[in-house]
Amino acid sequence: MPTSLHLKEISKRFPGVRALDRVTFSAEPGSVHALIGENGAGKSTLLRILGGIYQPDSGSLLVGGTERHFQSAASSIAAGIAIIHQELHYVANLTIAENLLLGHLPNHYGLFRKGHAIRVAAGHLRRLGVDLDPRAKLRTLSIAERQMVEICKALLREAQIIALDEPTSSLSHHETEILFRLVRDLQNQGRLLIYVSHRLDEIFALCDACTVLRDGHTVATHQGLAGVSRAQLVEEMVGRKIADIYNYRPRPLGPNRIEVNDVTGKQVTQPASFAVRSGEVLGFFGLVGAGRSELMQLVFGAARPRSGSIKLDNQLLRARHPVDAIRRGIAFCPEDRKESGIIPIRSVTENINLTARQRGGMRGFFVDFRTEFKTSDGFIKRLGIKTPHRRQQIRLLSGGNQQKVILARWLNLPNLRVIIMDEPTRGIDVGAKHEIYNLIYELAERGCAVIVVSSELPELMGIADRMLIMRDGVITAEINRTDFSEHLALSLALPDAVEAN
Amino acid sequence: MKAGLTPEPKLRRLPRSPSLRGRLLPFLLEYNLVFIFLAIFVALSFSVRYFFTIQNMLGLALSVSQIGMVACTMMFCLASRDFDLSVGSIVAFTGILSATVINLTDNLWAGVAAALLSGAIIGSINGVIIAYLRINALITTLATMEMVRGLAFIASHGQAVGVSNADFIYFAGSSFLGISMPIWTTLGCFVLFGFLLNSTVYGRNTLAIGGNPEAARLAGIHVERMRVVIFMVQGLVAGLAGVILASRITSGQPNSAQGFELNVISACVLGGVSLKGGSATIAGVIVGVFILGTAENVMNLLNIDAFYQYLVRGAILLAAVVVDQQRTRGE
Repeated sequence: MPTSLHLKEISKRFPGVRALDRVTFSAEPGSVHALIGENGAGKSTLLRILGGIYQPDSGSLLVGGTERHFQSAASSIAAGIAIIHQELHYVANLTIAENLLLGHLPNHYGLFRKGHAIRVAAGHLRRLGVDLDPRAKLRTLSIAERQMVEICKALLREAQIIALDEPTSSLSHHETEILFRLVRDLQNQGRLLIYVSHRLDEIFALCDACTVLRDGHTVATHQGLAGVSRAQLVEEMVGRKIADIYNYRPRPLGPNRIEVNDVTGKQVTQPASFAVRSGEVLGFFGLVGAGRSELMQLVFGAARPRSGSIKLDNQLLRARHPVDAIRRGIAFCPEDRKESGIIPIRSVTENINLTARQRGGMRGFFVDFRTEFKTSDGFIKRLGIKTPHRRQQIRLLSGGNQQKVILARWLNLPNLRVIIMDEPTRGIDVGAKHEIYNLIYELAERGCAVIVVSSELPELMGIADRMLIMRDGVITAEINRTDFSEHLALSLALPDAVEAN
Repeated sequence: MKAGLTPEPKLRRLPRSPSLRGRLLPFLLEYNLVFIFLAIFVALSFSVRYFFTIQNMLGLALSVSQIGMVACTMMFCLASRDFDLSVGSIVAFTGILSATVINLTDNLWAGVAAALLSGAIIGSINGVIIAYLRINALITTLATMEMVRGLAFIASHGQAVGVSNADFIYFAGSSFLGISMPIWTTLGCFVLFGFLLNSTVYGRNTLAIGGNPEAARLAGIHVERMRVVIFMVQGLVAGLAGVILASRITSGQPNSAQGFELNVISACVLGGVSLKGGSATIAGVIVGVFILGTAENVMNLLNIDAFYQYLVRGAILLAAVVVDQQRTRGE
C-alpha cells in the first residue's frame, strides 16, 4: 500500500550541538526524493530519526498521514520503513538465501530446511528482477550485489519507504547502472525512495524532488528538478556562491620529474609506462579494480613490482618500502583514509608530524614537541582544518578535515617532489573539495609532479592537465586537456566498450 | 592559499552544565583506576595489620619487581597491537642459562650477559616471525613459549641449577638506601620506558603502529623493523628479570615463572592498556602492577588460602576491565 511521508518541524539536540532545527521534509509515494547537504548538515541524523534509532526532541513524523512515534528501530521497520545504510549489515559466510530469511529460517522442528529456503529466496529474487544465485555466499558477491541483497531484505518486509544512504560510494559505473534500474523499478511499483548522495549527477539522473539541508536547517525543497541548475544546488548546500569549484589554473611545466618504465605487478598485467613533468597535474581515470591504485602503490614502494624501473629526476629510484620513496620526496595519500591514511585514535598533531619526525632532530630519536606544535598549529590555520585544538583525536574530524591533515603531513616535507593522491575527495563535501583542488594547484606551482587518481570523471576533467585511462590493468590511452571529453574517457575506460581509437 | 573557504558551522553551543556531577564525574572516570587504587590502599593501611609498614611495603615492591620490569615492555608490545606469551618461559630459561654459565666461568657478568643476549635473541626471533612472516603474534609466542620452556628443561635436565658463586647471590640481594636492587631496577624500567613511550620517536611510532599499522607503514614508518625491536627489547628485559629472579632464589629453576606472562598482561590491562593497540600510559601500568601486588600481599597478610587467591586475582581483572569498558563506552 503506497505511503506518503511527512516530517514537520523536527528538532534534535545533542549535548552542545543542535543537529536538526525545525527540519521539514515531505515526499509522496512513487517518487525518488533526494536529500543532500554537506557533511554534518544533518542528513544522517534525519535518517536515524526516520529509522527509529534517535527520537526527535520536538516535531512530528507522519507516515501515510498518521502520526508516529518510533521508540526503536523495530517500530520503524514495522511501519514499513527501511534504511539501507552506507555500511551494510550482513553475514558474509552465509548464503543469500540464509541472509534474506535470517530471523525466520524455514525449519522443521529446528532442522533447517535448506532446499525450501533456497526455493523461497529464489522466488523473491526473481520477483524483484535480481539475477543472483540464492546459494551464493555473501562474501563471494560484489559490493553492489550485497547492496541488492540488502534492498531485497527490505522488500521482503514489505517496506514502502526506502532510504538509501550514499549507495553508490563504493560502486563502479556499471554497478551504479544496475542499482539505478532497481531504484526505478521500485519507484514504478509506487514505493517512496529517499536518496542521499554527494553526487549531483546522480541526483539529476534519478530523482524527482530534492531537499537541501545545511547546518541542521531545511534550506530548500525542489519539487521537480527540471528548472534547477547544478550551481544552484551547490550554492544552497554550501551557503555561498562557488562559480567553478575546480577553478583550473594553467601553469608552466618543467622537465620530467618522474618516469615509470614498463612496470608490472599483480593487477597491472601489461607493462605500464608514463611520465609526469614538474608542475603537472596528471589524472588517472579508470573503474574500480582497473589497477590504478596498485600502480600507484608500486611507484610508492608499498607493493612489490614484478618488473620495470622508475626514474626520479633522471635518477633510478629503487623503493622497496614506502620509507625509501618518502626519503626521495614521494608522497602518497591512500584511497581509503580510514583504513590506511589516519591513525584514528591519535591526535591531529601526531597525525601531521608522523612522517617528518622520522627524520627529525637527534637522528629521529627524541620528539621535538615544541617544533611539532608550531608546525601543526601553522597547518591548522593555513589549511583551515576545523578542529577544536591540535590534541583532538583525528577520528572525530570530518572526512574533509582528515584529508587536509594527511595533506599537511606531506606538505611538511621539505623535499616534496611527487605527490600521489588516490581518490583525494571521496566522501568530502563541496567546500572542502574546492580547498583541496586549490592545494593541488599550489603544489604543482611549487614544482611538484601531482598524480590524482579518481573515479569521478568531472573532477579529473576539471583539474588535470593530462589524463591517462586505465582498464583491466592496462594503460589504454592518454588524453590532453584540450581533448577532454566525458564520452571519450568513459568509452576508453569501460571494459566492454569497443576500442575508440 | 585562501584559508577558511567554508564558513564556520553555525552550531549553537548549549550552556555548560555547572553542576558538580558534570565536571567531577568525567575527571574521576578518566583517572578512575588511580583513584580506586589509592582509596583501597588507604583503606587497607587502616584496616589490615602490618600492611602499611616499611617492611611490608618493601616486600610488596620486591614481589612485583619482575612483573613490573616486564610489564614495561609488554606495554609497548600491546600498544603496537601485538601480544607476547613467551616472557614467562624466557624468564625461566635465562635464569637457568645464567646459573649454568656462572657455574662454568665463575663470572657473574658472563652469566648476566648470556641471559640478556639469549633473551634478546628469542625476542628477535618472535619479532621476525611476526613482522616479516606475518604470523599471528598469539600463535607465534604460544609456540615459542612452549619451545623455550622445553629448552629450560633440556638445559637443566629438569633439575634446579644451584649456584654457589657469592657475587651472584649478592647481585639481587644488594641494596641501596635500604631498597634492594630488584626494586631499583624496576623503578629504573618505569622511568626509562615511560620516557621512551612519551618523548621518543620510538614510543610515538609504537602507538601509531598500534593505532593503524597500514597507515603507519604508508606514512613512512618502518613497521616491520619497529616490531622486531619491540619484541627484542621485550626479550632482553625478560632476560634481565630471569637473571634477577635466579639470583634471588640462588638457582635457576625450569619450573619458575609459570603463568608469569598472564600476570604481566593482567597488570597492563589493569593499567588501562588497550588490547586493540594505540593507547597506553606508564602511570596506568605502574598502578596495574601495584594492584596485582597489593591484592596478593593483603591476602597473604590475612592468611587467605593460596587457592582462593587465583579466584580473587581473576575477579579483580574482570572488575577492572568492566569498569574500563564503562568509561570508554560511547567513544
